[in-house]
Amino acid sequence: MSPAIVKVEKLSKTFGNLKAVDNVSFEIKEGEIFGLLGPNGAGKTTTINMLTTLLKPTSGDAKVCGFNILKQANEVRRNVGVVPQEYTADEDMTGKNNILLCADLYGIPRSDSKPHAEELLKLVELQDAANKKVSTYSGGMRRRLELACGLINYPRLLFLDEPTLGLDVQTRTAVWKYIKTLKEEYRMTLLMTTHYLEEADSLCDRIAIIDHGHIIKIGSPEELKESVGGDVIVVVIKELEPDISSDIAQIKLVKDVKKNNNTYRIKAELGEEASPQITDLIRSKGLHVTRVSLTKPTLDEAYLEFTGRNLREEEVDKLQMFRQRVTMRRARS
Amino acid sequence: MDKTESKKEMPLEGLTVQEKHTEVSAGKDRTLRTPPKLNRSPLHGLWALTNRDLRKWYTNPVQLIVSLIQPIVWLALFGKALNFGSFISGSGASPAQQNAILQSFFGTTSYFSFLACGMLAFIVLFTSAFSGMSVVFDRRFGFLNKALSTPVARGSIVMGKILQSVGRSLVQAAIILVIAVLLGMDTTHFTVPGIAGTFVVIFLMGMGLSALFTMLALRSADWQTQMAIINLINLPLLFASNALFPTKIMPTWLQDVVKVNPVTYANDATRQLLIGATGMNNLLVDFAILIGFAAILSAVGIVLSWKLLSK
Repeated sequence: MSPAIVKVEKLSKTFGNLKAVDNVSFEIKEGEIFGLLGPNGAGKTTTINMLTTLLKPTSGDAKVCGFNILKQANEVRRNVGVVPQEYTADEDMTGKNNILLCADLYGIPRSDSKPHAEELLKLVELQDAANKKVSTYSGGMRRRLELACGLINYPRLLFLDEPTLGLDVQTRTAVWKYIKTLKEEYRMTLLMTTHYLEEADSLCDRIAIIDHGHIIKIGSPEELKESVGGDVIVVVIKELEPDISSDIAQIKLVKDVKKNNNTYRIKAELGEEASPQITDLIRSKGLHVTRVSLTKPTLDEAYLEFTGRNLREEEVDKLQMFRQRVTMRRARS
Repeated sequence: MDKTESKKEMPLEGLTVQEKHTEVSAGKDRTLRTPPKLNRSPLHGLWALTNRDLRKWYTNPVQLIVSLIQPIVWLALFGKALNFGSFISGSGASPAQQNAILQSFFGTTSYFSFLACGMLAFIVLFTSAFSGMSVVFDRRFGFLNKALSTPVARGSIVMGKILQSVGRSLVQAAIILVIAVLLGMDTTHFTVPGIAGTFVVIFLMGMGLSALFTMLALRSADWQTQMAIINLINLPLLFASNALFPTKIMPTWLQDVVKVNPVTYANDATRQLLIGATGMNNLLVDFAILIGFAAILSAVGIVLSWKLLSK
């Protein structure tokens, strides 16, 4: 097992009467993509803000890259990169100058930050727009610029807060590609928040589902899906009789069988392995399979199972909502 | 526990991981694993932050011109229309008597020159007042959070705002001074040390005032409130000072207020330095008060930045 790069212990943050984050503990292993998944106002951004030293926790403690977030805040800041939810780049400056400004704030000498900025602009495919003012950038270009800014200090750990909020499909795919590159080629650890389930599913090694400030469940996307029930295999057989439900149920991986006319609806673990066993069994009984389909449970189902189906109408932080609206609006420009 | 576990895995896992690493770093431009030596001085990033705000201004001439129009209008219209000289010349007094009366009220015989010095304070006051606005916008649009997530000193974030405002004040005051001379300001008492001293006064006043307004904005994300605060403080600071009228003609209760207003001491100093006016205080007293004002408010601003910038 790789060592933990983030260790969170009983972290809490209270705003007035609202417990935004309530006694949260988790660990992130070096080299993994860890996702915080949850509805608006669940406490994702508050958690990130505490880990990036923007907010002081009400109670609890955390170590990031081996440094205490309270006592060694500046060391934490030097070792992590932050890509916030909103577009923070200065519109009156060029993309490249924005990256150099970030570098200056980290105390990176220009002799290093200049060539590094060029490399990062190439990584996020902005080299042609490097010397244009950010006010001329599209939403997707701004998001990519934010990503480059977050990487200027050679972080070991990168925080991404809603990295694809409001982006079009092309940009979203590109951002996903960069995230994978960072993990695979740069060996970086990433912590991202999202409320897009397919994003969490395709990118994250492990996901923590968070709601009302609590972590409800932590696991790999597969584990989370499995925990709400297995795969569903539907088999249609040419012959109506005989009923072979009890025979199918004998197969080890099968959990449940329901027959409706000539259609069997089978719940099973590891559907890919179970379905050939099922078809073999049917053939051995001298019957003919006309159709087989396999449905994997989606993360959506797991998510709704854990967070409930009620619509959210909670009051959230005014400033945060304002920023989110601005982000969405700019993303579409 | 941990150590024994990792030792067991070393021969197998350790090798494969290392192999992957070298393969990756050979093929790519540069990995993110060779960070340079960082500048850890507490002042790093201060100039970058100051210049970021200054650049918005000097690359946008419209802003510069607009910010100059107001004091020019005051100088040209208010300064020329309110001609105390003609008030007195209608009284039948001899020119010598007229000058004596003007001298006793304004410390100089030219009201326009008196007002021109006041306008220098005016431009500094109004420029400083808006130093807080950029904090509000930086908070609102997230740049502040970005800066706070870097190891830059919290105090540098505040000092950057203060210094950029001081920089603007110095340039704008220089332009106002040139225009005032063109419009007929008395230049007979101009000396190089006098002009240099004037800019030191402007620097100190700008520093103190922008520290005050930046401080008031540290916690705010609401620009309407900030505008209201600016107007609430700005005009009293201007009117309850000797910028437009001499203290002598004011009621005594107002004189007491004027005497605690730092703007008064800046005006008193510039009038002595530029037009040779008879001042209220010794120049050293004026400077001591202005230095104290700038130092104390900047220090308070830095201390507050540690507490207020992060919640």
